[in-house]
Amino acid sequence: MVDIPYQEVTGIPPAEVADVELYHPRSWWTRYVFSQDAKVIAVQYSITAMAIGFVALVLSWLMRLQLGFPGTFSFIDPSQYLQFITMHGMIMVIYLLTALFLGGFGNYLIPLMVGARDMVFPYVNMLSYWVYLLAVIVLAAAFFVPGGPTGAGWTLYPPQAILSGTPGQDWGIIFMLASLILFIIGFTMGGLNYVVTVLQARTRGMTLMRLPLTVWGIFTATIMALLAFPALFVASVMLLLDRLLGTSFFMPSVVEMGQLTKYGGGSPILFQHLFWFFGHPEVYIVALPAFGIISDLISVHARKNIFGYRMMVWAIVAIGALSFVVWAHHMYVSGMNPYFGFFFATTTLIIAIPTAIKVYNWVLTLWRGDIHLTVPMLYALAFIITFVNGGLTGLFLGNVVVDVPLSDTMFVVAHFHMVMGIAPIMAVFGGIYHWYPKVTGRMLNEALGRFHFWVTFLGAYAIFFPMHYLGLLGMPRRYHDIGETAFIPASAHDLNAFMSVAALIVGAAQLVFVFNLIWSLTKGKQAGGNPWGAASLEWQTPETPPGHGNWGKELPVVYRWAYDYSVPGAKRDFIPQNEPPAGMLAQGAHP
Amino acid sequence: MSAIVLYMAGLAAIAGWWLSQQRLASKPWLEEGLAADFREESVSSVPAAKVGLGVFLAVAGSLFALLISAYSMRINMADWRSLPVPRLLWFNTGVLVISSIALQGAYMAARRNDLEGVIIGLLAGGASAVTFLIGQLLVWRQLDVAGYFLASNPANAFFYVITAAHGLHLIGGLVALGRTTARVWQGVGLVRLRLSVELCAIYWHFLLLVWIVLLGLLTGWTDNFVDICRQLLT
Repeated sequence: MVDIPYQEVTGIPPAEVADVELYHPRSWWTRYVFSQDAKVIAVQYSITAMAIGFVALVLSWLMRLQLGFPGTFSFIDPSQYLQFITMHGMIMVIYLLTALFLGGFGNYLIPLMVGARDMVFPYVNMLSYWVYLLAVIVLAAAFFVPGGPTGAGWTLYPPQAILSGTPGQDWGIIFMLASLILFIIGFTMGGLNYVVTVLQARTRGMTLMRLPLTVWGIFTATIMALLAFPALFVASVMLLLDRLLGTSFFMPSVVEMGQLTKYGGGSPILFQHLFWFFGHPEVYIVALPAFGIISDLISVHARKNIFGYRMMVWAIVAIGALSFVVWAHHMYVSGMNPYFGFFFATTTLIIAIPTAIKVYNWVLTLWRGDIHLTVPMLYALAFIITFVNGGLTGLFLGNVVVDVPLSDTMFVVAHFHMVMGIAPIMAVFGGIYHWYPKVTGRMLNEALGRFHFWVTFLGAYAIFFPMHYLGLLGMPRRYHDIGETAFIPASAHDLNAFMSVAALIVGAAQLVFVFNLIWSLTKGKQAGGNPWGAASLEWQTPETPPGHGNWGKELPVVYRWAYDYSVPGAKRDFIPQNEPPAGMLAQGAHP
Repeated sequence: MSAIVLYMAGLAAIAGWWLSQQRLASKPWLEEGLAADFREESVSSVPAAKVGLGVFLAVAGSLFALLISAYSMRINMADWRSLPVPRLLWFNTGVLVISSIALQGAYMAARRNDLEGVIIGLLAGGASAVTFLIGQLLVWRQLDVAGYFLASNPANAFFYVITAAHGLHLIGGLVALGRTTARVWQGVGLVRLRLSVELCAIYWHFLLLVWIVLLGLLTGWTDNFVDICRQLLT
């Protein structure tokens, strides 16, 4: 570690950015539709992601209806059930969470938090959104093609993904793969922007160690995504070639409907390696931004500096690096050399260390803090609890001997919904309630927010806690109808019905959230520039919502880290990042 | 998957080195005032576009490393029937080397403010890259005529996919090169074009390097090297 001597320097003027560097919109179209402003692109990303997310929510309703009340809904046949699972999983993981965290939060927060005017390549950034939108449209179009969308499961494992018997074999799988390829191309364009903006466009004084943890989380997750998505890209292209041109990258010789297929010699395991080389980092691609957002939320709403900032940064980097050497723990039952199993189980369990450090630091930040139970704070607390929950069951599944009997049961479904479904969604909601005032200038309605929180939080536990128990009973996942099975008692069916009712209620509560988003846009309480009394840079913009170019004439200069809360002797309980130290003000330095 | 793991380890080493320069052990909660981190200032003097290209090359590199990983996992299976290596591939490789040299020449001319040199370099680089692509298409045609179809053996499929991936990257580069050449034509000053020319040259060198690695893999003359590595690992 190179230690540069730290010295206080006074009188470095703020950098002025020449006006010509910014792209100025000339018409309504380039201002609101084909905009190159990261803030507009962020809102576009968010709305698109949430819209397709609602489709996935409705799909989960349909699945739960079938599971809770088998035989009642004749319009859900086994093929459709499989299509619902596949589309629900793929949409939620990639098109909602990844796009919302990186495209939505990343685009909005990175330039504001690092003190930049915009992303460094605004045109490419705009292109990124439109390619993403195209990917979403192609994905959604799969619902309307003959045979419907693919029902191969979100992992799209060959050979079944492209053979008859799996729904959507004709067109659905092609649309799915094409959509993924487009998504990755679009994401790469956006991701380059996020990384280079953090590296290059930080304002004066904003060293890496003064970045808010949200930026650290999004930055690291973006680098991981940039390196992990090519694996999915390669897998998708090869699978598409297998399906369309009859190559045999992944397809072994297989008998289909009594006929030997033209395929021969391909390796399905190769697909699994490629898929999970992307798939496991993907878990952390949605977790790291959530970690960052939660750190900031807790610090602001507990009026206390984040505990162990350095450790938090190191933990983010360590998690990012480790997550690339654990992928095969998704393949314990695919068959592998026992030494590999041992290796991957070990690396998987090691990730628990930096993750646990983060959890301890959140709890220690709360310890003796001035905790304000605002809606964002409620979501942040819910995130911590849920993440610990899901993390603990992860320790079960990371061990080969425990994983093997639990594999393909509802226990796995409960685990990953807790850890990468509910927990990141809590961070998303917390983040939206927290930053909505900056985006729109108005507060979200508090009462509706609390209602939304309690129904979502308690409801999610009502769905997923009992699901662990069903998994331990041995109830398999992906089954349309369990039927009469000796090892599953009648009470399990009652439990399933209960979970389904809870799922319907939680889903309906999200409409309250959407109503709140729309209603508060015009009717919400005026927020002012910094309603939460936050220290980080995005709350210090001259205008709220921030104008084009974010900062008016001069870029801000940063004098401190983002967590100066309740500093003894300070006149307010927070000190903005761009407020000069008292000594410098006296010397007449630039205010 | 060893190729991609090695590649990632290399990137991790670079990232670790870079992070070690970033004062990650500093205590931001104690440091009020302007950080006199002049090292940081000098880093940001690298143009954003160059950093962007660097990040993109890392991403493209991981794509090729993954293709190589998949290839080397697949090659050990019993049904693998290697392709003959068309002689034309060697000619194409030579053309790609010339293309890279020409662009390097253009970049050096741009540094000397030698407009004529830049134009010659860009045109020669572009023309030889196009020749390379045509050559690759002819290789495909030769293999096709000889009965090595895409779907008839995994070795063929990998050959076509890997060469296509490389070719598509080169076509992307040609778009950038075309834009740069057009700007030279429009009379944009050399000072403003120097960066574009440099970025094109870097990208070409990267694609040449990737091509040489891929060629070694596809023609099998790295087999001995891979075997030695494998023996060292086991």
